[in-house]
Amino acid sequence: MTTTPAPLIEVAGLRKSYAGRAVVDDVSFTVDEGEIFGILGPNGAGKTTTVECVEGLRTPDAGRIRVAGLDPVRDHAQVTGLLGAQLQESEIQPKLTVREALELYASFYPDPLDWRPLAGRLRLEEKLGTRFAKLSGGQKQRLFIALALVGNPRVVVLDELTTGLDPRARRDTWQLIEDVRDRGVTVLLVTHFMEEAQRLCDRIAVIDKGRVAALDTPSGLIRQAAGATVISFTPSAPLDDQELAALPGLASTAHKDGRVTLTGGDETVNAVLTLLARHHITAHQLRVSDATLDDAFLDLTGAGQS
Amino acid sequence: MSTATATSATTPSAPVNRAVLKAEFTLFRREAGSLIGILLFPVLLLVILGSIPSFRETDAGLGGIRLVDAYVPVTVLLGMIAGGIQSMPPIITGYRERGILRRMSTTPVRPAAVLGAQMGIHGVAVLVSVAVCLAVGRIAFDVALPRQIAGYLLALLLSVVVALALGALIASRARTTKISNAIGSVVFFPAMFCAGVWLPVQAMPDALAHIVELTPFGAAAQALNQAAAGDWPAWSHLVVLAVWAVALTGAAARWFRWE
Ligand SMILES: Nc1ncnc2c1ncn2[C@@H]1O[C@H](COP(=O)(O)OP(=O)(O)OP(=O)(O)O)[C@@H](O)[C@H]1O
Ligand SMILES: [Mg+2]
Repeated sequence: MTTTPAPLIEVAGLRKSYAGRAVVDDVSFTVDEGEIFGILGPNGAGKTTTVECVEGLRTPDAGRIRVAGLDPVRDHAQVTGLLGAQLQESEIQPKLTVREALELYASFYPDPLDWRPLAGRLRLEEKLGTRFAKLSGGQKQRLFIALALVGNPRVVVLDELTTGLDPRARRDTWQLIEDVRDRGVTVLLVTHFMEEAQRLCDRIAVIDKGRVAALDTPSGLIRQAAGATVISFTPSAPLDDQELAALPGLASTAHKDGRVTLTGGDETVNAVLTLLARHHITAHQLRVSDATLDDAFLDLTGAGQS
Repeated sequence: MSTATATSATTPSAPVNRAVLKAEFTLFRREAGSLIGILLFPVLLLVILGSIPSFRETDAGLGGIRLVDAYVPVTVLLGMIAGGIQSMPPIITGYRERGILRRMSTTPVRPAAVLGAQMGIHGVAVLVSVAVCLAVGRIAFDVALPRQIAGYLLALLLSVVVALALGALIASRARTTKISNAIGSVVFFPAMFCAGVWLPVQAMPDALAHIVELTPFGAAAQALNQAAAGDWPAWSHLVVLAVWAVALTGAAARWFRWE
């Protein structure tokens, strides 16, 4: 694209407190049209609070939120017309059947999707006559995904998209979300699954204790994380600890049964190899394991240190 | 600033939404408890009482009518109490408690549509119950149909509004379904007493009757009785009903919470 369109979702300086405690504190990010934007973070980090402010379900104490230029609280009626939501916790009428729920929610929107193919893709066609209360946890989750999409929204906000889904349903759902995005829909996604974030998200905000700890592409986050690359080898001769400690980007050193395990960044790998070559030491069984988003997450949220 | 323009969706934010009404009606038909309470219980009581021979003898204390005549309006009110106070509030509180109203508030339809649909459905169910009681009274026990039709309809309408507003107020104040049920039961017995379930208002001692006439269902009972007998209901009763309707609706609207 040659022109930079205004972001479809803007969150700037968002703050929300409960009982005097800030649970979301100065969170800012933007999501471009057609982007899949992920929010990662430990339990209680403030992810749900953040996205429910975007949905207009909670009123921020401070900060500015815009969805397609609209204020989700002040312009709630208009925002609901273009935003589909799957909440982390919600229910529908227990005795409403899947078909009735899909028909009902489709009727709420001016230009809904045909709910039948949607139900098919989420493998709900066998359950159309089943009442909500009689569905399994994963089936309820699939229905909520369908209800979030049935209005043919411009923006979907999905809070824990695939929690409770079996591996196959999870993969089907990822494909569905990718297809939805390919139609130009903007997706804001909260997840605890690194595989999901890595596969779906163009960019990710890691939220920790109510603040944005990092915001980058998945590979950017991995690169940012300290000590996410693990280098291990058995040296042919003992190594000087001080020289090891001076390695660039080094996060930790460990010796066990003659084997050295280092964690560090990309630059650490080359430095170790140079060091070994300089001392004419051979590294037996040299292993360099790729950093994962998991490692990056643990590092960025400080949960890895405990 | 050039922000992306919002699609100007026609926002059906009106409190009446046909799809919601249809869904809530489907759900209402699946609630056996509500159906029995509103539609069956009043007419069953009438049939049982009417089957007792002494209820079919004229009673001087009642001004020359039979007990069964006095009990038709009572069962009419019973349907209203069952619908407005027993059945409706726990449904609405349950919807709020489970986050159903919250989920709906992320759609272009306001959760008020659910409240509107519930009040409409319960209002109609109560009117059906009234019609059944009047018909069974007429056919099975030869109880005369209301003679002052316009007055009867006016009193009936006001009473239904009062019953629904009272239910909405309970739903607005009760945080959980349990509390809602508890308040419902607490209000249920005084309401039934005032409606004359144990003792028709005409048969109450004067001092008691004057107090009961100030309560919503006491006033409703008197107004309905007068219209049934062929008189225009006393304005005092209609005014009492209207004041209750306005006060209860206002209180419910003021305190109602969607979450
Ligand atoms: N309505 C509320 N009243 C009081 N405290 C709240 C409320 N909602 C959230 N909190 C608090 O705010 C913090 C953040 O909650 P939030 O639900 O946003 O976390 P989260 O990141 O979505 O966590 P999870 O991964 O467990 O879903 C928590 O400590 C929670 O106790
Ligand atoms: Mg959450």
